[in-house]
Amino acid sequence: MLSLLAVEAYDVSFTNDANWFLENVWIIPLLPALSFVGILFFGKRMPYKGAELGIAAVGLAFILAVLTNVAWMSHRDNYDGEAQRAVAVHHDDHADDHAEDDHSDENAAVLNVDGVDEAVVLTAAEEGGEESHPAVAVLKGREWLVNGGVSFLIGTIADGPSVLMLFVVTAISLLVHIYSTDYVANDRRYTHYFAFLSLFSASMLFFVISRSTIQLITAWELVGVCSFALIGHWWEEKPNSDAALKAFLTNRVGDIGLLVGMIILFFSAGGTFDITTINEMAVNGEISDTALMWAAIALTAAVMSKSGQFILHTWLPDAMAGPTPVSALIHAATMVVAGVFMIARLYPVFYEGYDIAGSSINGLALIGAVTVVFGGLLAFVQDDIKKVLAYSTVSQLGYMVLALGVGAWTAALFHLFTHAFFKAGLFLGSGSVAHSVHSFDMKKDMGGMRKFMPTTFKTFIICSIALAGVFPTAGFWSKDEILVGTGGLGVGAEKANGNYNLMLIMGLVGAALTGAYMTRAIYLTFFGEFRGHGEPHESGKRITVPLIILSVFAAFAGFLNLPPGFLAGSASEPTGWQERFGHFFEPAAAYFPPIGHAVPSWGLAIVASIVGLLGPAVAYWYYFIKVDNLAKETGQSLTELPDGLTTRNSLANAGHQLLVNKYYLDHLYNDVIVASVKGPIAKAAYWFNQHVIDEVVDTAGRTSVKAGNFVYNNIDQKVVDGAVNASGYISNQSGQELRRMQTGKVQQYAALLFAGATILAGVLIVLI
Amino acid sequence: MLLNQFLLLAAALFCIGVYGVLTRRNGVLVLMSVELILNAVNINLVAFGAFHDNVLGDVFAVFVIAVAAAEVGVGLAMVLLMYRNRKSIDFTEVDMMKG
Repeated sequence: MLSLLAVEAYDVSFTNDANWFLENVWIIPLLPALSFVGILFFGKRMPYKGAELGIAAVGLAFILAVLTNVAWMSHRDNYDGEAQRAVAVHHDDHADDHAEDDHSDENAAVLNVDGVDEAVVLTAAEEGGEESHPAVAVLKGREWLVNGGVSFLIGTIADGPSVLMLFVVTAISLLVHIYSTDYVANDRRYTHYFAFLSLFSASMLFFVISRSTIQLITAWELVGVCSFALIGHWWEEKPNSDAALKAFLTNRVGDIGLLVGMIILFFSAGGTFDITTINEMAVNGEISDTALMWAAIALTAAVMSKSGQFILHTWLPDAMAGPTPVSALIHAATMVVAGVFMIARLYPVFYEGYDIAGSSINGLALIGAVTVVFGGLLAFVQDDIKKVLAYSTVSQLGYMVLALGVGAWTAALFHLFTHAFFKAGLFLGSGSVAHSVHSFDMKKDMGGMRKFMPTTFKTFIICSIALAGVFPTAGFWSKDEILVGTGGLGVGAEKANGNYNLMLIMGLVGAALTGAYMTRAIYLTFFGEFRGHGEPHESGKRITVPLIILSVFAAFAGFLNLPPGFLAGSASEPTGWQERFGHFFEPAAAYFPPIGHAVPSWGLAIVASIVGLLGPAVAYWYYFIKVDNLAKETGQSLTELPDGLTTRNSLANAGHQLLVNKYYLDHLYNDVIVASVKGPIAKAAYWFNQHVIDEVVDTAGRTSVKAGNFVYNNIDQKVVDGAVNASGYISNQSGQELRRMQTGKVQQYAALLFAGATILAGVLIVLI
Repeated sequence: MLLNQFLLLAAALFCIGVYGVLTRRNGVLVLMSVELILNAVNINLVAFGAFHDNVLGDVFAVFVIAVAAAEVGVGLAMVLLMYRNRKSIDFTEVDMMKG
């Protein structure tokens, strides 16, 4: 960031009229980064212990992000008409730049960068002539350093996905900051907490505007470090620090995939870190399919760990050990969406690498689909309200990855956008409840909370409905778009990318599960009799206001991307508010693959709504009718039927056990993988070390000793010492002779002096 | 003006000085002989300076005089100390530095 500060504008934006906000997006991550430093050094001396600095920085970043979005929208719309002219003007500008930069022309790397921009501009010119959209991303950057002819580009990219994420991250972060002032008030590391919240936001903002893969990796790791620090915020308790370590180490597994993937991309794209160049080459087929496939697979491993995809999701529920606002931030805006955003950013690599168009199954979509269902199932057996939400996030992230896997790019980002609001709302709501009853255990310490916390209850319900995808809340629109985007079973007409039948079915199952587990969580938390201790009360304004804001977004954000044909217009020609989101945020550029856009299907929307309501209906019948009635009869507060299915049916019990043990994945990792590494593999390695490596080392050692002895006896003692002794002897002898001259008589010395001078004078005269 | 007259005078003076340094046993006389040598050099310097019409010769002569004064000061102090310790200023008796 710092080197960006000193940048002479090496402006490579595509248009001649790019807005100031779009050219200077780097300021947005800089603000929280500065506040991190400020809080760290001066936080404790401030009146509100540094919280005000974090809120001010993030608030300012939020305002800038909103303005950037406004600027982006006008930029995007203006550009459609002016494509031709702008490209022509830019060509002139570019020539001038080139002349000024003559000194760097010998540098192959700079030429490379120039060449890249030129290529994109040319593509824009070509496309400008046609009816399709031109490239409108605003790129800025400069060389950070050059090594061996490889240019390390550093810069910002302002296009649809990045400005969208700037808004989401700053909005959620701001609300989380405000919420935290109440939630962690009087915490012993209050200042430290806010410092890391700032750094967390800064890292994620830096991530979304990254222009080179180097920046992407750096920000990715920064996000990981911040999550480690915040999950382990209360590290005095062993489970918390264990959870932080688990999150960090599980992510390291995926990070290897990230590095491998980025290295493959670097070499297969001819040695560039520029994301737009890599993407464009992938789109144009200039990178071999095999390289793209391996890169995509490696990067998928990174996404699996970062975005909590099955089977590397195990860190995510444990990460609930952190403070609840941090969980909201991690799950809605920063950490876990980093993986999804990385796919969205490098989408051509995945699109070509997995051959998404025209398939009916691929690795990415399969992982997403499995995660949707398996994550959703796990949410049923959790007693900790935050863990229900954590598995819900796993499941919803599965939707996003599934959507990206089937080519529904816009749907994935739209779901990311809507999910950020309702999931942040749910997490903050659960935090509000837990703040009041001092526990997260729904069965032991909650129940009947709707009477005590009406605001929290209402916002929680709205967010849950949005999560379950009930018409017309935000979740309905985004989930429906994903389901249509699969193109399975003939929906989405021929415009969908493929024919992903399995993904559609898994998505529908997931929708039913989502509603059902949220119904269960709501019953256990808000209905029945209060089972905890003390007198719970509604939380303060700093907690409820963010909840209300988030629930408003959860209810209405879906209208930003109404499907074409809804209310007015035809399925092929969106009008008014229809597909605004896709229009503004989907890059229509040379570096983005030509994805198909599935045509919305009324039939699927109705089927999905029915299926989505079926799950909650069953859960409602079980909890609100059967359990509730039994509770009233017995006068107890029940959480499950005493003779439930699991006690009567051994198969159901086995399934329950499987879920309670989280598919035994933790056992697999700890008892099989870690234990075998610790046990037999470590022993084998020890044996190998002792008998093979040590043997080699020992032999080398013994040989050295022998050689050393020989050298000592013959060369050192005889030759070297002999020479030294001889010179000493000679000096001694000559000294003995010469000391006789040293009589101590001054006049004799003087006589010698004059004699010597006389001889020298004689020599001088003779010679000259 | 002939330069060689001065040079001959200086050479004669120098030789007398050297003779004195080598043969005299009395410390004070040895120091006086050293003065002769130095003044022989001074004559040379002044003579060459006048001959070449260059004031540097005179300047050097003045330096030599100054250094000679310091040398005599140190030398006489040493002779004095020698007398105090041994009641004699005979240089031939002082051979404690014999190798």
